[in-house]
Formats: sequence, structure tokens, C-alpha cells
Amino acid sequence: MKKSVFVGALALAGLSAGVAAAGTLDDVKARGKLNCGTNTGLVGFAAPDANGEWKGFDVAVCRALAAAVLGDAMAVEFVPTTGKTRFTALASGEIDVLARNTTWTFTRDVDLKFDFVGVNYYDGQGFMVPKSLGVSSAKELDGATICIQTGTTTELNLADFFRKNNISYEPVPVETDNEAQQQYLAGACDAYTTDASGLAAVRATFENPQDQILLPEIISKEPLGPLVRHGDNEWGDVVRWTLFALVAAEELGITSANIEELSNGTDNPEINRILGTEGSLGEMLGLDPLWAKRAISAGGNYGELFEKNIGVNTPIGLARGLNAQWTEGGLQYAPPFR
Amino acid sequence: MTELADPPKESFRLGMLIYDTRYRSLTIQVVALIGFLVLVGWLINNTANNLATLGKPINFSFLNDTAGYDINQRLLDYNSQSTHWRAAVMGLLNTLLVAFLGCVTATIIGIVVGVLRLSNNWLVARLMTIYVETFRNVPVLLWIVFSMALLIETLPSPRDFRGDDPAASMVLFDSVAITNRGIYIPEPLFSRGFGDIPVFPDRSSEACVAPEPGALLNDSCGLFQISLNLIAILAVTGAGLWGSRRIRRRADRIQAETGDRPTTWYLRLGVALVPLVGLLWALGFHLGLPELKGFNFVGGTHLRNSLIALWFALSLYTASFIAEIVRGGILAISKGQTEAAAALGLRPKRIMNLVILPQALRIIIPPLISQYLNLTKNSSLAIAVGYMDLTGTLMGITLNQSGRELEAVLLGMLIYLGISLSISGVMNWYNNRVKLVER
Repeated sequence: MKKSVFVGALALAGLSAGVAAAGTLDDVKARGKLNCGTNTGLVGFAAPDANGEWKGFDVAVCRALAAAVLGDAMAVEFVPTTGKTRFTALASGEIDVLARNTTWTFTRDVDLKFDFVGVNYYDGQGFMVPKSLGVSSAKELDGATICIQTGTTTELNLADFFRKNNISYEPVPVETDNEAQQQYLAGACDAYTTDASGLAAVRATFENPQDQILLPEIISKEPLGPLVRHGDNEWGDVVRWTLFALVAAEELGITSANIEELSNGTDNPEINRILGTEGSLGEMLGLDPLWAKRAISAGGNYGELFEKNIGVNTPIGLARGLNAQWTEGGLQYAPPFR
Repeated sequence: MTELADPPKESFRLGMLIYDTRYRSLTIQVVALIGFLVLVGWLINNTANNLATLGKPINFSFLNDTAGYDINQRLLDYNSQSTHWRAAVMGLLNTLLVAFLGCVTATIIGIVVGVLRLSNNWLVARLMTIYVETFRNVPVLLWIVFSMALLIETLPSPRDFRGDDPAASMVLFDSVAITNRGIYIPEPLFSRGFGDIPVFPDRSSEACVAPEPGALLNDSCGLFQISLNLIAILAVTGAGLWGSRRIRRRADRIQAETGDRPTTWYLRLGVALVPLVGLLWALGFHLGLPELKGFNFVGGTHLRNSLIALWFALSLYTASFIAEIVRGGILAISKGQTEAAAALGLRPKRIMNLVILPQALRIIIPPLISQYLNLTKNSSLAIAVGYMDLTGTLMGITLNQSGRELEAVLLGMLIYLGISLSISGVMNWYNNRVKLVER
């Protein structure tokens, strides 16, 4: 019995690793559906709406990718993953791309054998506490009980932060944002820590968001972005340039409103190259010329997606900050389409 | 006279391997074995190849890297700078702790419920039936999550203990605090303790340098530390019990010789207790009470609600199965035994304790082993409530941070296999001791 379990595990590893070696772009085209790993539910980034349709900033990346590759933004199979299961899901080939507010780190890129294709949200780790706790800085949290998602970089940052400041804490590991909310709202933990954007998203779902405050300290750099398996560079290029197409579209003023008009041809050669009326960029990627046009039409350019899902006019209410275009003093910068 | 010729000697032909029933079964077995080995070989080879293609050949050296994460419940010294290996050991100890607590509690509840279910009292018997059927027929994961939700949602948080007119207060003379972060109970402390001795100390490490001559060593010196206080207490208790047994033997002997049994209970009590109390006094024994300081209760022993929820749910769930095993064991003893014992004048309680249970044990123990194994393996559901067991550390965070899925899972499986085999080894030994000796 034990032996058969062992063999089963080997078989699983053997078979799944076999999937990983094949060309993902061809697989996705043959399947007619994109398997996208996403959060189990983080409003604004990835969560099913009342009709069961996945909505959010990370979800939009997958929709744009499906539109570019398959011509249908709805041809996406969303696979909810937790902080712990996401990498195994990607490494085993269960998903083609992981867009789940995942931090780009050295070990994940190099040792875990993934490729981060870019950054769709520049974030940092923050703390949320109830206003009634009377805490105004994370350094006052000595001895506090803190809810933390396991298997994340935030878990490591938290340990480093408290060690550096020589104060103690009691970690309460949770698997998903929902569990964290339950414990936090019941007072089983004093503070909840995760990416500041995630905290804003969680707070937006509370009955009385104004009773919670985000502490001023941002204790880490968290560049969040989609990632693919290492070694399949053709697929990596497709995902990378789809993301860049969204960013470049905002910079160049291509919006979902004027994209039809612009695709008749303009005097800006870069817009023409992105929209496929000039050059053969799509062909180089192994796609058709209109790939980027479809990606942008799927939900709009980077700025539109931001405002629609997590911007200041949504319940999440995040300012552009670091995520503004480089021309606006932010960090979002797409290399030239040439 | 006709000569009887020997039957013609049949020479071995290759076809006989299939058509001759003498060889056929052997042939089939050999072919199946070869097929199985080829399959295993192909799987191992395929896995190794694919891992090599991914650039992740099997390698266990990640266990010596810094873990980087904290573990809330740690039975030995551990911090975020310890290795993954040590984190795995913390997880293993947590697994063993909850498995041990669970097995003991489940056995006690199981035996009581199993016996009560056979009670002549209609109400008691029905109540026990309801308990058994509810717990046995709902998945244990749901019980674990439900217990945790119950603890979190119904109990007061430490904040409620604060202020002039607190919403909650400590119980048992302000010594126990029941909160939704767990239960804080008093801890034993020694003001004139002997200290600890480190096992395998690394004298060159900073932790093993005493701050001043004669001072106690740092907690993190050595692989782990053995408390001399505990050893002293165990030794004195053991000696006390041994002395008490000697006195009882002597009383038995006198009773056998003279027919009069001397009164010895005060002697036995004294021999067992006086040295222990003396030792505790000499060590400066006192209780460390939990008190609210800052965000949390400080001092005392913190039983986290993840441990309580897991322990509670696993025990009650497994106890419902054990109750059925116990009931089955008792019902298997023929009614004649009860009647014969009653005819001898034994009261019902003594019939159960002296006649029925000792015989029922022989039937109960083998299936009980499986229940212990189940409980231990079910404890891997701990992650549902954030209890940092082996699955949470080695096969959870370590796996995730290092990306070594196959290695971590293989190691985890080996450890669980080791635990399970040890439990069945011990229980089989016990079973051999109590089983009916047949000739």
C-alpha cells in the first residue's frame, strides 16, 4: 500500500513534469482555452462577481492574454490558487500563467524555475489594525498577534521586520484572505499584514471600513506580476508583450473608445505596429497581426483597467502612485514596440 | 511376461511454461514482476529526466538553508534564522504532540461512551448513540473547521479583559484566561532550579557562551536541552511510588501470614508525597500566572486555539469510532460470563471491570491500532486551522519557499510512515501481551 502511494507520487511528478516541457502556446491554441491561476478571492484583483464571472485587475491580464492568443477574452478557465498551492500548480502545468498578485523575487525567478514577465502592480507590505487599538506605527506592535498568509513573501518580510526592530509577535498562519478576515474581525488577531493593495481590497469588503486603519510603514518592496514556467520562452514572450501592449496603449493614448478609429491607420508608426497595420510583430510572436488590438479591446488599456478595478473611484480606492506611467512620474514603462 | 516400460520421460519444452499448469503460475508471476519493475523504473527515470530538464535535480541540501519564517507553537528553541531542517522538526514535534493528546483523549472518551451506550438507562444510551452517529458521519475536516470557528467567534478576545468594567474576566482565581486566541493556564516555574543541560552543544557558537561564569546557558545552545528539574522530579516521584509499593507488598505478606492487614495508607501517602513536596520546595516551585500585558496575555502556558480545535475535533471524531469498537468488544463476550460473575455475587460495576473488559480488550486492541493510525494521519488536516504541524512546515511553507516539491513530499511521507510503523509496533507488542494464550 505504502509502496503504491510512493509510485503514485512519482507518477504524478513524472507525468506533470512531462506536460511542463511541451510548448505552452501550441497547447493553449489546441485546447482553445487559457488556464489562468488566480487568487481564491481578492476583490478588485480577482474575485467572482454576483453572476459568477471572474472580475479584477489580475483577471484582466488573463482576459487580455486569452483575447490575444485565442481571440476570445472569455476563453479563460480560472483556477483559484492559495499562496501555498500556486507554484505547484504552475510548475506541474495545471495552469499556463499565474496572475495572482505574486511578488517577483530572486529565488522564485532563479531557484523555483519561473519567469516573471513583468510587473502589473508595484506594491509594498503594510499592516491593517482596528482604529480602536490605538496603534499608529508598526513598531508599536510588540507582542501583538498578527494574521499572515502562509507561503508568501510577506511571511518572510514579517519575520525580518520584527527581528530587525528587536520586537516580538505571535504569527497566526492562515491560508486565504477570507480566513484572515474571519480571525481579524473576531479579534483573534490584532493586525493583518499583506500587500497594501490587498489590505485595501480586504478593507473594502468590511461593513465599516472606516474603523480600520492602514499603518504608515510599508516594510517591503512587492513588485507583483504574472509569471510563467522557466524555459518556454515563446510563451513567456507572448505573455510579456501582451502586458506591455496594455501599458504602451495607455502611454500612446490607445483606449477602448478610440481603438477602432486608430486601427484604420494613424501617423504614429508605433501605434500602427501595435495595432497590426504596420510591420509584422504578431507574426514574430506566433500570433496574427491583430493580437494586441484584441488584448486592448478586451478590457481597455492599463490605465483603464486600473481605474475600473482598483482605482480611486472604486471601493478599493487605490491611487496610481508608483503605478502611474513613467511619463507621469510612475514606474510603468513599456519597452518600445519595434 | 511383459516388461513394464517406464513412462516416457518428458523433456522440458518452452511451451510448457504456458500450457503446463505446474509452471504456468510461476510464469505469470515472473512476467508480472518484470512488468511492475519496468513500470517503476520508467516512472523513476521519467521523473528524474523531467526534473533534470526543468533544472531541478533531486537535492536535499535546501534543508540546511535558513528557513526565514516564524512558527508560533514551538516545543524546542526555534527562530526565523534556524534551518528548514529544524523547522521540519518543530512541525514533527507538533504533529506528535497533537497525535499523542488526541489518542489519549479519544481512548478515554471512546471507552466511556462505548460502555455507556450499552447502559440500561434509556436516556444515556440514546444520547451516546446520537453522539456516535453525529461525529462518525461528518467528515473530520468539518469538525476541525467548526471547532475553530466556534472558538474564534464565541470566546472573548484579550481586549475584552481590559478596562475598569471588562466584558470578560479570568476564571479559577484569576489563574486561567480563556480567550479566542487560546487558553492561557498557569505554568510551573522554579526560582532555584538546576537549569538545563544542552544536548550536542556546539561550544564555538555564540549561544553556548555563558554571559558570566556559572550563569545559565542560552536557550538556543545545543540541539535541544534537557531540564534537570524535570529529571529530578521524575526520579523522586518514581522512588516514592517504588517505596509505596514495597509497603503494600509487606502488608500483603503480613496479611497472608497472620490474616490481619496493617493500616498503611498514611505511610504509603507519606512515602510518595513528602519527598516530592520537599523537592518542589527546595527548587522554589511556584506557578507563573498569565496576565494581560499590551496586546496579549503574557506568562503562563498558551494553549493556542489551533491546537485546542484540532485536539478537540480529532479526539471526539476518533472517539466515536473507538466507542463502537469498545461496544463491539463487550457484546462479543458471551452473556454467560456476566451471569456467572453475577452468580458469584459481583456487583455490575465489578463485573464490567474484572470480567468483561479484560476479555473484551483482546478484541478491542487490533482495530484500536488502526484508529490511532487514522488519528495521527488525520492530524495533517492541521493546516485548515493554521496549526503548524509537519504538513504545515516541511510540506507547506518550506516546500513553497524552496520549490522542492518532490523532496519535501517524499521526506514528509517517509516521516509519517515512520510514525505510523512505530505506533503499530508498540500497539502490536501490547496486543501480544494481553491476547488470549492458546495452546
